[in-house]
Amino acid sequence: MKPLDTTKSYQEYVDKKSPNSPIFKNCFNAFWVGGLICSIGQIIMDICKNNGLDTQSSGTIVSIILIAISALLTGFNIFNKIGKFAGAGSLVPITGFANSIVSPAMEYKSEGYVMGVGGKMFTVAGPVLVFGISTSIIVGIIYFIFM
Amino acid sequence: MDWLQAIDWLGILKCFVVGGIICVIGQILIDKTKLTSARILVMFVTLGAILGGLGIYKYVVDFAGAGATVPLTGFGYNLAKGAIEGVKEYGLLGAFTGGVKNAAGGIAAAIFFGYIASLISKPKMKKQ
Repeated sequence: MKPLDTTKSYQEYVDKKSPNSPIFKNCFNAFWVGGLICSIGQIIMDICKNNGLDTQSSGTIVSIILIAISALLTGFNIFNKIGKFAGAGSLVPITGFANSIVSPAMEYKSEGYVMGVGGKMFTVAGPVLVFGISTSIIVGIIYFIFM
Repeated sequence: MDWLQAIDWLGILKCFVVGGIICVIGQILIDKTKLTSARILVMFVTLGAILGGLGIYKYVVDFAGAGATVPLTGFGYNLAKGAIEGVKEYGLLGAFTGGVKNAAGGIAAAIFFGYIASLISKPKMKKQ
Protein backbone atom coordinates (compact mmCIF):
# COMPACT_ATOMS: atom_id res chain seq x y z
CA MET A 1 0.00 0.00 0.00
CA LYS A 2 1.43 3.36 -0.95
CA PRO A 3 1.65 5.96 1.80
CA LEU A 4 -1.08 8.57 2.03
CA ASP A 5 0.55 11.96 2.11
CA THR A 6 -2.17 14.58 1.87
CA THR A 7 -5.25 15.13 4.00
CA LYS A 8 -7.46 14.98 0.94
CA SER A 9 -6.31 11.58 -0.20
CA TYR A 10 -6.58 10.34 3.37
CA GLN A 11 -10.20 11.53 3.48
CA GLU A 12 -10.88 9.73 0.20
CA TYR A 13 -9.30 6.62 1.63
CA VAL A 14 -11.49 6.77 4.74
CA ASP A 15 -14.63 7.32 2.67
CA LYS A 16 -13.79 4.33 0.52
CA LYS A 17 -13.09 2.03 3.46
CA SER A 18 -15.92 3.07 5.82
CA PRO A 19 -19.31 1.42 5.22
CA ASN A 20 -22.06 3.39 3.49
CA SER A 21 -24.37 5.27 5.80
CA PRO A 22 -26.96 2.71 6.89
CA ILE A 23 -29.78 5.28 6.77
CA PHE A 24 -31.60 3.51 3.94
CA LYS A 25 -31.53 0.17 5.74
CA ASN A 26 -32.56 1.85 9.02
CA CYS A 27 -35.50 3.55 7.32
CA PHE A 28 -36.57 0.31 5.65
CA ASN A 29 -36.55 -1.55 8.98
CA ALA A 30 -38.33 1.33 10.73
CA PHE A 31 -40.95 1.32 7.97
CA TRP A 32 -41.95 -2.31 8.11
CA VAL A 33 -41.70 -2.79 11.88
CA GLY A 34 -43.59 0.47 12.51
CA GLY A 35 -46.17 -0.47 9.91
CA LEU A 36 -46.53 -3.94 11.42
CA ILE A 37 -47.09 -2.57 14.95
CA CYS A 38 -49.76 -0.19 13.62
CA SER A 39 -51.38 -3.04 11.68
CA ILE A 40 -51.57 -5.17 14.83
CA GLY A 41 -53.30 -2.17 16.41
CA GLN A 42 -55.70 -1.95 13.46
CA ILE A 43 -56.57 -5.66 13.71
CA ILE A 44 -57.34 -5.30 17.44
CA MET A 45 -59.40 -2.22 16.61
CA ASP A 46 -61.42 -4.03 13.91
CA ILE A 47 -62.15 -6.89 16.32
CA CYS A 48 -63.27 -4.43 19.05
CA LYS A 49 -65.53 -2.58 16.63
CA ASN A 50 -66.96 -5.88 15.42
CA ASN A 51 -67.93 -6.56 19.03
CA GLY A 52 -69.92 -3.34 19.19
CA LEU A 53 -67.44 -0.93 20.79
CA ASP A 54 -67.24 2.69 19.60
CA THR A 55 -64.11 4.16 17.97
CA GLN A 56 -62.88 5.94 21.09
CA SER A 57 -63.12 2.86 23.34
CA SER A 58 -61.59 0.63 20.65
CA GLY A 59 -58.66 3.04 20.32
CA THR A 60 -58.14 3.01 24.08
CA ILE A 61 -58.16 -0.80 24.15
CA VAL A 62 -55.58 -0.85 21.33
CA SER A 63 -53.33 1.50 23.35
CA ILE A 64 -53.72 -0.54 26.54
CA ILE A 65 -52.92 -3.86 24.83
CA LEU A 66 -49.89 -2.50 22.92
CA ILE A 67 -48.58 -0.75 26.05
CA ALA A 68 -48.98 -3.89 28.18
CA ILE A 69 -47.19 -6.09 25.61
CA SER A 70 -44.28 -3.70 25.10
CA ALA A 71 -43.88 -3.02 28.85
CA LEU A 72 -43.59 -6.75 29.51
CA LEU A 73 -41.25 -7.28 26.52
CA THR A 74 -39.03 -4.49 27.89
CA GLY A 75 -39.05 -6.16 31.30
CA PHE A 76 -37.80 -9.39 29.76
CA ASN A 77 -35.10 -7.54 27.75
CA ILE A 78 -36.71 -8.53 24.44
CA PHE A 79 -37.84 -5.04 23.43
CA ASN A 80 -34.26 -3.75 23.41
CA LYS A 81 -33.36 -6.22 20.68
CA ILE A 82 -36.36 -5.17 18.59
CA GLY A 83 -35.46 -1.53 19.21
CA LYS A 84 -31.86 -2.00 18.09
CA PHE A 85 -33.09 -3.54 14.85
CA ALA A 86 -36.08 -1.31 14.12
CA GLY A 87 -34.97 2.05 15.54
CA ALA A 88 -37.84 4.50 15.20
CA GLY A 89 -40.09 1.65 14.02
CA SER A 90 -40.61 0.56 17.62
CA LEU A 91 -39.85 3.95 19.22
CA VAL A 92 -42.43 6.16 17.49
CA PRO A 93 -45.51 3.94 18.04
CA ILE A 94 -47.05 3.93 21.52
CA THR A 95 -44.81 0.90 22.25
CA GLY A 96 -41.89 3.34 22.50
CA PHE A 97 -43.74 5.29 25.18
CA ALA A 98 -44.18 2.12 27.27
CA ASN A 99 -40.55 1.21 26.68
CA SER A 100 -39.45 4.68 27.80
CA ILE A 101 -41.25 4.10 31.11
CA VAL A 102 -39.90 0.64 31.87
CA SER A 103 -36.25 1.03 30.76
CA PRO A 104 -35.17 3.74 33.24
CA ALA A 105 -37.31 2.18 35.99
CA MET A 106 -35.45 -1.12 35.56
CA GLU A 107 -32.10 0.58 35.64
CA TYR A 108 -32.78 2.38 38.93
CA LYS A 109 -34.42 -0.59 40.66
CA SER A 110 -31.50 -0.70 43.12
CA GLU A 111 -32.53 2.74 44.42
CA GLY A 112 -35.73 1.28 45.81
CA TYR A 113 -39.28 0.64 44.75
CA VAL A 114 -40.65 4.10 45.54
CA MET A 115 -38.07 6.66 44.39
CA GLY A 116 -36.08 4.27 42.20
CA VAL A 117 -38.76 2.51 40.16
CA GLY A 118 -41.67 4.85 40.91
CA GLY A 119 -39.66 8.01 40.32
CA LYS A 120 -37.45 7.09 37.37
CA MET A 121 -40.41 5.73 35.39
CA PHE A 122 -41.06 9.31 34.30
CA THR A 123 -37.58 10.24 33.09
CA VAL A 124 -38.83 10.30 29.49
CA ALA A 125 -42.56 9.81 29.95
CA GLY A 126 -42.68 12.91 32.20
CA PRO A 127 -41.61 15.37 29.49
CA VAL A 128 -43.88 13.60 26.98
CA LEU A 129 -46.88 14.10 29.28
CA VAL A 130 -45.87 17.68 30.21
CA PHE A 131 -45.64 18.82 26.59
CA GLY A 132 -48.51 16.71 25.30
CA ILE A 133 -51.00 17.74 27.98
CA SER A 134 -49.87 21.39 28.00
CA THR A 135 -50.27 21.63 24.23
CA SER A 136 -53.73 20.10 24.43
CA ILE A 137 -54.78 22.63 27.10
CA ILE A 138 -53.51 25.47 24.91
CA VAL A 139 -55.43 24.02 21.96
CA GLY A 140 -58.55 23.87 24.14
CA ILE A 141 -58.15 27.47 25.33
CA ILE A 142 -57.59 28.74 21.78
CA TYR A 143 -60.66 26.82 20.64
CA PHE A 144 -62.63 28.34 23.55
CA ILE A 145 -61.60 31.88 22.61
CA PHE A 146 -62.29 31.57 18.88
CA MET A 147 -65.42 29.47 19.13
CA MET B 1 -63.04 -17.81 12.32
CA ASP B 2 -65.63 -15.13 12.82
CA TRP B 3 -63.19 -12.40 13.81
CA LEU B 4 -61.26 -12.75 10.53
CA GLN B 5 -64.26 -11.39 8.66
CA ALA B 6 -64.20 -8.26 10.83
CA ILE B 7 -60.84 -7.23 9.38
CA ASP B 8 -60.79 -4.76 6.52
CA TRP B 9 -57.65 -5.74 4.60
CA LEU B 10 -57.46 -2.58 2.49
CA GLY B 11 -57.67 -0.65 5.76
CA ILE B 12 -54.76 -2.70 7.13
CA LEU B 13 -52.69 -1.86 4.04
CA LYS B 14 -53.36 1.89 4.42
CA CYS B 15 -52.59 1.60 8.13
CA PHE B 16 -49.31 -0.24 7.42
CA VAL B 17 -48.11 2.33 4.88
CA VAL B 18 -49.03 5.45 6.86
CA GLY B 19 -47.76 4.03 10.17
CA GLY B 20 -44.55 3.03 8.43
CA ILE B 21 -44.07 6.47 6.90
CA ILE B 22 -44.52 8.19 10.29
CA CYS B 23 -41.86 5.88 11.74
CA VAL B 24 -39.51 6.60 8.80
CA ILE B 25 -39.83 10.34 9.56
CA GLY B 26 -38.70 9.52 13.10
CA GLN B 27 -35.83 7.38 11.78
CA ILE B 28 -34.61 10.17 9.49
CA LEU B 29 -34.65 12.55 12.47
CA ILE B 30 -32.60 10.04 14.50
CA ASP B 31 -30.04 9.49 11.73
CA LYS B 32 -29.74 13.03 10.39
CA THR B 33 -29.98 15.12 13.57
CA LYS B 34 -28.50 14.79 17.02
CA LEU B 35 -31.90 14.66 18.70
CA THR B 36 -32.15 12.09 21.50
CA SER B 37 -34.98 9.59 21.34
CA ALA B 38 -36.64 11.30 24.31
CA ARG B 39 -36.79 14.60 22.41
CA ILE B 40 -38.22 12.84 19.37
CA LEU B 41 -41.01 11.33 21.49
CA VAL B 42 -41.80 14.77 22.93
CA MET B 43 -41.71 16.30 19.45
CA PHE B 44 -44.08 13.73 17.97
CA VAL B 45 -46.64 14.10 20.77
CA THR B 46 -46.52 17.90 20.60
CA LEU B 47 -46.73 17.89 16.81
CA GLY B 48 -49.69 15.50 16.95
CA ALA B 49 -51.48 17.77 19.41
CA ILE B 50 -50.85 20.86 17.24
CA LEU B 51 -51.93 19.12 14.02
CA GLY B 52 -54.94 17.75 15.91
CA GLY B 53 -55.81 21.25 17.12
CA LEU B 54 -55.56 22.63 13.59
CA GLY B 55 -57.91 19.88 12.37
CA ILE B 56 -55.34 18.44 9.94
CA TYR B 57 -54.52 15.18 11.69
CA LYS B 58 -58.16 14.12 11.64
CA TYR B 59 -57.85 13.45 7.88
CA VAL B 60 -54.84 11.20 8.46
CA VAL B 61 -56.79 9.28 11.11
CA ASP B 62 -59.83 8.95 8.83
CA PHE B 63 -57.59 7.59 6.09
CA ALA B 64 -55.25 5.30 8.03
CA GLY B 65 -57.01 4.42 11.31
CA ALA B 66 -54.54 2.84 13.71
CA GLY B 67 -51.72 3.79 11.31
CA ALA B 68 -52.26 7.34 12.56
CA THR B 69 -53.47 6.71 16.12
CA VAL B 70 -50.87 4.15 17.27
CA PRO B 71 -47.80 6.38 16.63
CA LEU B 72 -47.22 8.98 19.35
CA THR B 73 -48.55 11.73 17.09
CA GLY B 74 -51.88 9.94 17.59
CA PHE B 75 -51.47 10.25 21.36
CA GLY B 76 -51.05 14.02 20.94
CA TYR B 77 -54.00 14.14 18.54
CA ASN B 78 -56.13 12.25 21.06
CA LEU B 79 -55.24 14.78 23.80
CA ALA B 80 -56.06 17.78 21.58
CA LYS B 81 -59.28 16.19 20.30
CA GLY B 82 -60.34 15.57 23.91
CA ALA B 83 -59.61 19.17 24.89
CA ILE B 84 -61.73 20.50 21.99
CA GLU B 85 -64.59 18.10 22.78
CA GLY B 86 -64.28 19.12 26.43
CA VAL B 87 -64.59 22.81 25.56
CA LYS B 88 -67.68 22.07 23.46
CA GLU B 89 -69.31 20.31 26.39
CA TYR B 90 -68.08 22.10 29.53
CA GLY B 91 -66.61 25.40 28.29
CA LEU B 92 -63.18 26.46 29.52
CA LEU B 93 -63.12 23.71 32.18
CA GLY B 94 -63.15 21.16 29.36
CA ALA B 95 -59.80 22.43 28.06
CA PHE B 96 -58.28 21.06 31.26
CA THR B 97 -60.33 17.89 31.72
CA GLY B 98 -61.00 16.76 28.14
CA GLY B 99 -57.49 15.90 26.96
CA VAL B 100 -56.45 13.68 29.84
CA LYS B 101 -59.92 12.12 29.95
CA ASN B 102 -59.47 10.97 26.35
CA ALA B 103 -55.97 9.63 26.95
CA ALA B 104 -56.69 8.30 30.46
CA GLY B 105 -56.71 4.64 29.44
CA GLY B 106 -53.32 4.84 27.78
CA ILE B 107 -51.69 6.88 30.56
CA ALA B 108 -53.05 4.68 33.34
CA ALA B 109 -52.08 1.48 31.48
CA ALA B 110 -48.57 2.83 30.86
CA ILE B 111 -48.11 3.62 34.56
CA PHE B 112 -49.64 0.35 35.80
CA PHE B 113 -48.04 -2.09 33.36
CA GLY B 114 -44.82 -0.08 33.41
CA TYR B 115 -44.52 -0.48 37.17
CA ILE B 116 -45.45 -4.19 37.10
CA ALA B 117 -43.00 -4.90 34.27
CA SER B 118 -40.21 -3.06 36.11
CA LEU B 119 -40.88 -5.12 39.23
CA ILE B 120 -40.68 -8.47 37.48
CA SER B 121 -37.78 -7.47 35.24
CA LYS B 122 -34.42 -9.07 35.59
CA PRO B 123 -31.55 -6.58 35.98
CA LYS B 124 -29.26 -6.53 32.95
CA MET B 125 -25.57 -7.40 32.90
CA LYS B 126 -25.32 -8.87 36.36
CA LYS B 127 -24.35 -12.40 35.47
CA GLN B 128 -21.83 -13.45 38.09
